[in-house]
Amino acid sequence: MLKLIVLRLLKAIPVLLVVATLTFFMLRFTKGGPFDREKPIKDEEIRKQLLAHYGMDKPLGRQYLDFLGNLMQGDLGPSFKHQGWRVDEIIRTSFPRSAELALWALAVAMALGLTAGLIAALKPNSVLDYFPMSLAMIGICVPTFVMGPLLILAFSLELEWFNASGWETMGDRILPALTLGGAYAAYIARLTRGGMLEVMSQDYIRTAHAKGASPIRVVLKHGLRGGLLPVVAFLGPAAAGLLAGSFVVETIFQIPGLGKHFVEAAFNRDYTMVTGTVLFFATLIILFNLIVDVIQIWLNPRLRAS
Amino acid sequence: MYPRFFWLALVCLALGCSKSSSDKNSDSIPQILHLGNGAEPEGLDPQLVTGVPEHNIISALIEGLVTEDKKDLHPVPGVAERWENSEDGLVWTFHLRAEAKWSNGATVTANDFVESYRRMLTPTLGSQYAYMLHVVKNAEEYNLGKLKDFSQVGFEAVNERQLKITLKGPTPYFLSLLNHYSWFPVHIPSVNEHGEFDKQGNRWTLPGNFVGNGPFVLDKWEINKIIVVKKSPTYWDRKTVRLEEIHFHPISDVEVEERTFRAGQIHVSNTIPLNKIEVYRKKEPEKLRIDTYLGTYFYRLNTKRKPMNDKRVRQALALAVDRESIVRNVHHRTVKVATHFTPPGTGGYTYEGKMRLEYNPERARQLLAEAGFPGGKGFPKMSLLYNSSEAHRRMAEVIQQMWKQNLGIDIELANEEWKVYLKSAQEMEYDICRAGWIGDYPDANTFLDMWLTDGGNNYTGFASPEYDQLIADAARAPSAKERRAIFQKAEEMLLDEMPVLPIYFYTARYLIDPRVREWHPTILNHHPYKHVYLAPAD
Repeated sequence: MLKLIVLRLLKAIPVLLVVATLTFFMLRFTKGGPFDREKPIKDEEIRKQLLAHYGMDKPLGRQYLDFLGNLMQGDLGPSFKHQGWRVDEIIRTSFPRSAELALWALAVAMALGLTAGLIAALKPNSVLDYFPMSLAMIGICVPTFVMGPLLILAFSLELEWFNASGWETMGDRILPALTLGGAYAAYIARLTRGGMLEVMSQDYIRTAHAKGASPIRVVLKHGLRGGLLPVVAFLGPAAAGLLAGSFVVETIFQIPGLGKHFVEAAFNRDYTMVTGTVLFFATLIILFNLIVDVIQIWLNPRLRAS
Repeated sequence: MYPRFFWLALVCLALGCSKSSSDKNSDSIPQILHLGNGAEPEGLDPQLVTGVPEHNIISALIEGLVTEDKKDLHPVPGVAERWENSEDGLVWTFHLRAEAKWSNGATVTANDFVESYRRMLTPTLGSQYAYMLHVVKNAEEYNLGKLKDFSQVGFEAVNERQLKITLKGPTPYFLSLLNHYSWFPVHIPSVNEHGEFDKQGNRWTLPGNFVGNGPFVLDKWEINKIIVVKKSPTYWDRKTVRLEEIHFHPISDVEVEERTFRAGQIHVSNTIPLNKIEVYRKKEPEKLRIDTYLGTYFYRLNTKRKPMNDKRVRQALALAVDRESIVRNVHHRTVKVATHFTPPGTGGYTYEGKMRLEYNPERARQLLAEAGFPGGKGFPKMSLLYNSSEAHRRMAEVIQQMWKQNLGIDIELANEEWKVYLKSAQEMEYDICRAGWIGDYPDANTFLDMWLTDGGNNYTGFASPEYDQLIADAARAPSAKERRAIFQKAEEMLLDEMPVLPIYFYTARYLIDPRVREWHPTILNHHPYKHVYLAPAD
């Protein structure tokens, strides 16, 4: 197991390098740069001085090497858009908010999704199956940018239970968590149902029943372990995506998270910010895929041998 | 029983009294103003930023030589308690007040201003608004690196409290210029302490580092979340300031902002979604404000490309646009039809010339036929470029339709993401492109000097020595009246040549809680915060 983890971490290095390189060059080849503004600096001399300050007057190859050098030292550089702030500072303050939202959303998604999926799987083709599964279908179909404003309309503007936007009080967490978690809950419910249905028809479950294990024990101990595999496989990338922040939900609820920076940095041609957030996101995905693999190996004895 | 009722009555009385007294005394409701501020500011360094959200915050933190009247924004004493202008209009002497202090307690001196302007004009700083200072003698030369000796530039600290500014030529709008943040002083010792004096990326504007001299001080800045400013204990006119705090919320999504306003979390919004205007008009008109604003929405025409190098084609395009219909149907009558370029009443100037962009499809067809395209036949394929946005797309579609109906020509629409669009516009890689211009200061010059041959924001290929001469003459005009007359001529010429196609004049459209007081409609949508306060609900 340890060998696997070390090996995977070593493999991550070239992956990150490729990501960094691609991001660097794609940005440079995109039309428009950080200093192209509505009131541009017309004078060539001033422009040159400004570019020199940011090392952008050097040949592209040299800039790339400098960029890699700084990266090795963990220096993501100053943001081009947010004057005076450093990229790592911005990630450090905004990431915890996205992460917190992600945890709440995951909790909602797991609680709703697993419950609905389990009930549906245990009583297939009954009302208890159709009802939660139809709800899940709606959850998948209704996008967050519709769900969010609807929830705000009902609970903030009509009932006045929560703020319409912001990230100050505990109450501010509820609607975004429901919006974001709801979408994931729907997937989890369907995956759980599918996985459980497959597992519950297996021979070893019949054996468990036969040896006299209680139905609850059969479902929770024998069934879930195999039935949850698809859910776990789904959760890895999903959790990474959630942690990196959801641009849509962060916009709707005015949450100062990483998702907004991730998208806006590209529009602003904030070179350092884009590479910083992209690398951060890539690292998260690699990490979570690793964690998921480890959990899957633990859940599924057949994988251990390989 | 009696004693019990007695106590009850007493309690009621006490409660009643305290309530009614709180109604009368506005100081008993929390004086914390929440503002929707559009986008997250790029920064808070007045010498580096360029936008409106930045202005809204910086004007709370820093005060210039003069400041703005709360109702019509005319320059009133700020750091300078009085000033004189020499007979030839070239030399201004400002007398700074002794009680003007920085937020760290230091006195604001004439040298602070001189050093600030030195920083602003230093080429390595790369300030985009440095040109606002080019009216000063030798400022442009120093800014472009042609002159190395700053003492030759027309700024001089005669003594601690006397600042002399020598201009390049007469500048009738000079005092209004001073209200622009590019003219604000910065606290140079703080700048030096937190980074390089003449380089970008300085950290002096971060909370804890920021030293200002305005009515408020920076308390908190969390990117994309909030900026909080608190009443300054060192501001010279702190007795006038009634707000304790202002919270700036950077809400860039208009729908989110409107919901936040409706939930009572902000007092004043930055804007309002178009589709909500009729709703507020019907249900809560007291919350809706539509104020005249110093800006024009227009299309640039690339005069270097065929067939647009023919003036008749440009005029035909302009006359075939039904601006009334756009204002009525697209903008719910919240903006004003622009039949000329400079918004009416800009610094006392309103265009009155004969050449006007009335809707005249008949004449437009005739002009197009004269140019060789009768009924639009043989008209080459052209595209209309706009930056990706729902509002610009709608506008472009409506105008595309008008051109098709009235002129029989097909213009295709092209949208580009903001930075790409800017680059395309600036490099003139377009046929027709959307644009907007918000005046930097309330004077017609800020709208008309764009079209100088080497004007920084021309990008149309329009170049006329005669026009350039008129704008230069205007600056030297002996009286305001004659100056306006020259502007009339210049604008007439601009409209005749038609490198631009004005569509409508902007308005500031926003929502406001009726409890906000001293929030007057002003042409730049500035609201000097030191007068603003919150009153209890009626």
